Amino acid sequence: MDTSKPMILGNDIRLELYKMQLDLRYCEKRAYDLFLQNLIKGTSHLSLGQEAIAAGFGVAMRPDDYTFCTYRGHAHTLARGASMEGVLGELMGRQCGLLGGKGGSMHLTDVTKGAMGSYAIIGAHLPVAAGAAWSAQYRGTEQVAVCFFGDGTTNIGAFHEALNFSVIWKLPVVYVCENNLYMEYTPIRSVTAVDHPAADRASAYGLEKIVVDGNDADEVYHTAVKYMERARKGGGPALIECMTYRHSGHSRADPGAYRPKGELERWLERDPIKIYRERLLGLGIVEATLTDLEVESMRKVDVATETAKGSPVPSLDQIDKNVWADGSTAWRN
Amino acid sequence: MAELTYREAVAAGIAQEMRRDENVVFLGEDIGAAGGVFKATVGLFEEFGPRRIRDTPISEQAILGAAMGAAMTGLKPIAEIMFSDFLAVCWDLVANEIAKTRYMTDGQITLPLVIRTANGAGSRFGAQHSQSVENWAMAIPGIKVIAPAFPADVKGLIAAAIRDPDPVLVFEQKSLYAFKGEVPDGEHVEQIGKAKVLRHGTDCTIVALALMVHRALAAAEILEKEHGISCTVVDVRSLVPLDTVTILAEVAKTGRLVTIEENPRLCGWGAEIASIVADEIFWDLDGPIIRITTPHIPLPSADLLEDNTIPSVERVVREIREKID
Ligand SMILES: Cc1ncc(C[n+]2csc(CCOP(=O)(O)OP(=O)(O)O)c2C)c(N)n1
Ligand SMILES: [Mg+2]
Repeated sequence: MDTSKPMILGNDIRLELYKMQLDLRYCEKRAYDLFLQNLIKGTSHLSLGQEAIAAGFGVAMRPDDYTFCTYRGHAHTLARGASMEGVLGELMGRQCGLLGGKGGSMHLTDVTKGAMGSYAIIGAHLPVAAGAAWSAQYRGTEQVAVCFFGDGTTNIGAFHEALNFSVIWKLPVVYVCENNLYMEYTPIRSVTAVDHPAADRASAYGLEKIVVDGNDADEVYHTAVKYMERARKGGGPALIECMTYRHSGHSRADPGAYRPKGELERWLERDPIKIYRERLLGLGIVEATLTDLEVESMRKVDVATETAKGSPVPSLDQIDKNVWADGSTAWRN
Repeated sequence: MAELTYREAVAAGIAQEMRRDENVVFLGEDIGAAGGVFKATVGLFEEFGPRRIRDTPISEQAILGAAMGAAMTGLKPIAEIMFSDFLAVCWDLVANEIAKTRYMTDGQITLPLVIRTANGAGSRFGAQHSQSVENWAMAIPGIKVIAPAFPADVKGLIAAAIRDPDPVLVFEQKSLYAFKGEVPDGEHVEQIGKAKVLRHGTDCTIVALALMVHRALAAAEILEKEHGISCTVVDVRSLVPLDTVTILAEVAKTGRLVTIEENPRLCGWGAEIASIVADEIFWDLDGPIIRITTPHIPLPSADLLEDNTIPSVERVVREIREKID
C-alpha cells in the first residue's frame, strides 16, 4: 500500500480509531499492573504496541461480523465492544468475567459482540474462522470472519490447510497475520523460509501479497475496509500481514532478554498511539479534544477495575455446569 | 420395515435429517460425487447437491475446524473423517477445541456437530487403517461418543446425533458396512445414551460394542447350545453418555460381567465399566470381571494374524467357558 498519500478519512473515524487504541492500551496496561499486584494469576499475553491492528479492524467491522483471535486476544475482544469489566474480571477470575472464570485470559469470548473466541493452540482457529465464513456464505448474510494470528502461526499445518480451503470455497474470511517479529522468543526470520512469513506464502494459495504497517491505524483501517468489503461481496479471502512489535515480553514470565539492544527503543518511537496522536494534532484537531479522550478512557478503565475487583469469585457450583447444551456435565445416567 | 445394509443406513440417516433441516450440511473427503470411499454416502450428492454436500481437500484440520466454525454460527455440520486413525492428525480440533469450547466459554458457544468416522478392524488394512480408537474419544470430557452395531441403530443414532445440540463422534465399524438388517420405515430416531439388551441369560452378562456385539451374540448362542452357559448380551451403543443404569442392572442379575472390546487393552472402555461395576455392585458379583480385548499391540494385517488379534467368537467362547464354569 502506498503510505505516502494521506488517507482520506473523516475526523470522526479518526477519533474513533484513537479512542479505541487508547481503550486497548490503558486496559492492557491495567492488566499488567494487576499482575504485579498478584490480582491476576496464570499467564497473560499483552498486545501493548499492537493496538492499531485490533483497532483498525475493530472500527471497520460490522457489528455482526466474526472475530477469531489468539491467546493474545484481550485487545481483539475489547475491540468488538466486549466490556472492560468482563475482560478484567475474567483475567482476575471473578464472577463478572466474560466466561465466569472458566476460560481465563487465553480464551476471552463474547459471542453477543461477534468475538467468537480466543484460541490458545497455535493455528487451530484459522480453520474455525473458515467454518464461520462458510456458514455466513451458506446463510447469505454477507458477514465476514476476521482471523488474527501471529507470525509464528504461519509455520503450522492448520495455517496452510485453512488458506487453501478458504480460497477453493471462496469464503468471506480475512486472515490477519500480526508479524511482531518473534514467535515466543525466537526471531521469526530465523525459522522461516521467506522474509514475510504470511505474505510471501500468499501466492501459493492464489492470493495477492499484502504487507501493511501494522502500527498505522489508518492504513490498517483502510486495508480492513477494502478486503472485508471484497469478501462480503463474494470476492473471497485475503491474507494481510501487518508489521508490528510487542512492547512487552511474550507472556507474563518473559522479560524479552533475547531482543537486540536498541530494537525496543526504535519501535517505541513508532508506538502506534504516539504516531496517531501526532497525526491528529497535525490534522488540526485541538489537543484538548485528545486529552479529554485520554482522561475518559483512563476513567473507564478505573471504573471497570473497581467493578471487577468488587465482583465475587465464581461460586463452586459452577464447576459442574455447562459441559453440555442442557447445562449439565453428566456422562452417565 | 425395509432391509438395509449398514452403509445404506448411514446415508438414510443423513438424508432423513437433511430433508428435515436446511441447516444440516455435510463435508469430507470424497463423500460427494464419489459417494464415499466406503460407499456409505451414495445418493446424497445427487439429492442435496454441491451446496450442502461438500467435497474437501485432504485437510482434516480444515474439515473439523470448518465444522466447528459452522456449528457455532447456525449450521449443523456433519464432518467425515475417512478412517478413525486419521483423527490423530486433527485431534487438536476434537480434544482441545470442539470438546472444550462450550465449557471454556461458560456456555456461550454450543456446537451441534457430528463427526462420523470408519473405525475398527476386519479389513486387513494394517495398523494405521484398522484401529479401534473409541477409547481415545471416551477419555475427553465434552464430546459424546456412539458406536452402532446394526443398520437400524446406524440410521437412528446418526439422526439423533445430528439433532443433538452437542458434538457427537460416531464410530462406524468398517467391516460391518455390508451387514444387512431391518430398519423401521419412515422417520427413525434413536436415543443417544441408551444401551440395549439383546439377549437375556442367567450365568453372565456380556457387554459389547459395534462389531463385538455380533461376536458376543454368536458366542452366546454357542455357549448356550453347546456348553449350557446362558448369557445376557448388552449392546452399549453409547460410551458417552454411558447407560450405567442398564449395564449395572443386567450385571447384577447374572452376577458376572464380561466385556468384549475391540480397542487395545490399556484404558479400553471396558476398564471404565469394570471400575463402575466394582465400585457400585461389587457385592452382587459372583466372580471376577472378565475383560476380553485386543491385546496391547498395533494391529497386524495378514488375515490369520488380524483374525487372531481382535477378539474372535472362538476366543470369547473359550475364555467364558474357562472362567465361568
Ligand atoms: C501448537 C502449539 N505449539 C506451541 C505453542 C506454545 N506457544 C504459545 S504462543 C507461541 C508463539 C506464537 O507466536 P506467534 O504466532 O508469532 O504469535 P505471538 O505470540 O507473537 O502473538 C508458542 C510457540 C502453542 N500454544 N500451540
Ligand atoms: Mg509473533
